[in-house]
Amino acid sequence: MSTDTDTEARRQGRIVVVGASLAGLRAAETLRDQGFTGSLTMIGDEPYEPYDRPPLSKQALLGRARPEDTALPRRRDVDAAWRLGVAAEGLDRDARQVRLANGDTVSYDRLLIATGTRARPWIHPEEAALDGVFVLRTRDDSACLHRKLTSGVSRVLVIGAGFTGSEVASACRELGLEVTVAERGPAPLVGALGGVIGAAADRLQRSKGVDLRCGVSVTALEGDYGGRLRRAHLSDGTAIDAEVAVISLGAVRNTEWLAGSGVAAGPRGVACDAGCRVFDVNGIVTDDIYAAGDVARSPHPLFDYQFLSLEHWGNAVEQAEIAAHNMICAGTKRIPHLWVPMFWSSQFGINIKSVGVPPLGDQLVVTQGSLTEERFVAVYGYRGRVIAAATFDGAKWLGFYQEQIAAGAPFPPEYRTVDRRTETLQPVDPDFPDPHLPTHGPTVTLSGHSPSERRVQFVPSRA
Amino acid sequence: MTLGTLPAQITDYANRADPYPLYAELRRTPVRREGDGTYLVSTYYEVRSLANDPRLSNDTSHRSPGYARIGQPNEETGLPPSFIFTDPPLHDRLRDTINRPFGPPHSPRFLDDLRGDLAKVVTELLDAFEGKDEVDIVEDFSYPLPVTAICKVLGVPREDEPRFHGWADALASSLDPQAGEDGLEKAQRARQELGSYLTDLIETKRRHPGPGMLSALAPEMTPADLEATAVLLLVAGHETTVNAITNTTLTLLRHPDVLARFQREPALAVPLIEEVLRYEPPVQFVPWTTALADIDVADTTIPEGSPVWLMLAAANRDPKRFPDPDRFDPDRKDNEHLGFYTGIHYCFGAPLARMELHVAVPELFRRVTFSRLLEDPPPYRANAVLRGPRHLPVAIEGLTA
Repeated sequence: MSTDTDTEARRQGRIVVVGASLAGLRAAETLRDQGFTGSLTMIGDEPYEPYDRPPLSKQALLGRARPEDTALPRRRDVDAAWRLGVAAEGLDRDARQVRLANGDTVSYDRLLIATGTRARPWIHPEEAALDGVFVLRTRDDSACLHRKLTSGVSRVLVIGAGFTGSEVASACRELGLEVTVAERGPAPLVGALGGVIGAAADRLQRSKGVDLRCGVSVTALEGDYGGRLRRAHLSDGTAIDAEVAVISLGAVRNTEWLAGSGVAAGPRGVACDAGCRVFDVNGIVTDDIYAAGDVARSPHPLFDYQFLSLEHWGNAVEQAEIAAHNMICAGTKRIPHLWVPMFWSSQFGINIKSVGVPPLGDQLVVTQGSLTEERFVAVYGYRGRVIAAATFDGAKWLGFYQEQIAAGAPFPPEYRTVDRRTETLQPVDPDFPDPHLPTHGPTVTLSGHSPSERRVQFVPSRA
Repeated sequence: MTLGTLPAQITDYANRADPYPLYAELRRTPVRREGDGTYLVSTYYEVRSLANDPRLSNDTSHRSPGYARIGQPNEETGLPPSFIFTDPPLHDRLRDTINRPFGPPHSPRFLDDLRGDLAKVVTELLDAFEGKDEVDIVEDFSYPLPVTAICKVLGVPREDEPRFHGWADALASSLDPQAGEDGLEKAQRARQELGSYLTDLIETKRRHPGPGMLSALAPEMTPADLEATAVLLLVAGHETTVNAITNTTLTLLRHPDVLARFQREPALAVPLIEEVLRYEPPVQFVPWTTALADIDVADTTIPEGSPVWLMLAAANRDPKRFPDPDRFDPDRKDNEHLGFYTGIHYCFGAPLARMELHVAVPELFRRVTFSRLLEDPPPYRANAVLRGPRHLPVAIEGLTA
């Protein structure tokens, strides 16, 4: 009886969702689907209704899809008040209010934080302001970059060879443009997949005509008299003439607006429990503030209860649905967010996909196919069990390895499979860079064991 | 019901019209060992898991001696196995090559460009219903369309299509584990005739390229590989689609409420056709996989070398996955059926099959006013794997333009 009353009460009131992208939208839809009848407010800093980002670095750059046509399909009407084009600027937990950039305040009974990430800007603001220097995160970014790439440029410089940078380089080659990629690490994708797979990505890029420079950083971007980019200087003393530079140095989590609010928010994201309830700075869980999507980080039992923050499309959807469910259900009906991390990329004609947490891996074997053929399954082991797998053009196998991860299956896998190229498997070091060094943003970040940024230093998990 | 005889009962023609009670019986033991060491897997999650398991092979030469080696080349033709009976890396190389002229990314418009031609065939077939009060949906409608479609896909001249009908029929029955000596002999003969026809055609296409996949692939593949591929596409692309169109018609006529709704809401075609693929899948089971290693599944260990049958039609009605599974429900949510299989051997022709169904079915029910089924159940073909009616006689009341 009391549970019913509680449930009824939780289906009413005011819910505010800060962040009007994939996670925010899916959460709103789930709230209405599951019977929330109260008022719903959606706050977003961009002026657009929720849209899909993956095409922005692929089809949209090639002109096969227009950035303005990437609106997310709606699963249902959400009957919300939309406050678009105005960012949230502050949170007052005592007054239960979100303060907006235009000075308005919005009151809530329950709050969902889904503010996501933004592109990490170039370190020198005056260089970043040069005509021809781009980042790629939003619809507008993609539209501007596409216009530039198709306006007759001769060389593009991509700074950072993570997934976004590699996809941009791939699009440039497909458009017939000369492209130089400058990567501080030893190979592309090294932060997310390690040096062994990175070497395969390295060969792939070079074979497609990318001028790939690893182990160097860009020290300066130089403009001409008209404020247009004309040259980049590298740490090895060389210089590259380019009219376009795409800064692909990973993402920054949008948590600044939470400073001083008392929730456990910082550069690594907003810490929450497995039920998406946000922690305060003391590590005490709140019950009226939830987080989902790229900005959230939560402990995962499969990965030693480490707090994972995932910039993955599928994670945003599932975490949003679980957060929404938990926001309006009775306490005993809450469900944990136990998503097995999974992401994909499409570049240079190859589908790259991974499941699990590759950077946790201490060993790696290629179980199917061959690295040199650009079609393979690589499996990562962690203390004798399967922890992750990554594929080049072999995504259909990942469901199997996901089951192996979930079951804590032994590593290395000794059984015979199709397309096994060697009699015995020889595990090697997957060769991840030292986690102390700055990276270009692996898509899975291991961020320590504690929810409280104040009390715990980040401890590299592979030390 | 005696447990040991279930596979025999499933392949027994007497149960062809309604094998579903047998599948229900089978699901009581999700992974069942038969007397000869064959394993039957019949529940959804186990079938899906095994179909995606790299320890399961489609190359039947891995079977322990004494088991049937479906799909392996016989001495007479000497042809390599077609790609459905191969494993990676060969499988992936063949399938990638064959996909180039067929679908995205290289040929995104190939199938769509055939749509108009197929719609014309549908119109002609339905026009011929004029003045009749009885038709056989199989002979008069379902059967002619897919053979025309696959001939267009391959680039076979129209005048040769009738010969393809006969060959396709004989070959499809050879996939049946109960085919028998007579069936196998017929299939063998059809295979040889088709083989020499294709050899000539491929050589012609090599010298005088025209539309269709054979011309596109002739410079890329050996004649033997290409011939094996063409035979596979013919067999797999023909009978299955005939059955899918017929099963959809039969199922709709058995569910007048859904039929009435479909006539009011043409957009129902999409979920309705997917539900038929779950409810009456044209490929009922896949009896040609083999364990490469010991595989633990559902508390059972399938030993290395064992033949494994994946029972798609049983999995599609697993109540653990599909609530009220024996109900035909086009409003079913989350209908991730196994009608086209799953994993790397997912039906190559699925987009073609869906296109044919969507060209044929809505037009059939838009133009034809049905009165009733004249035989229910209708007579079935012998084949238990590619299961479908041999005839579907129906009474019709009228035809609109």
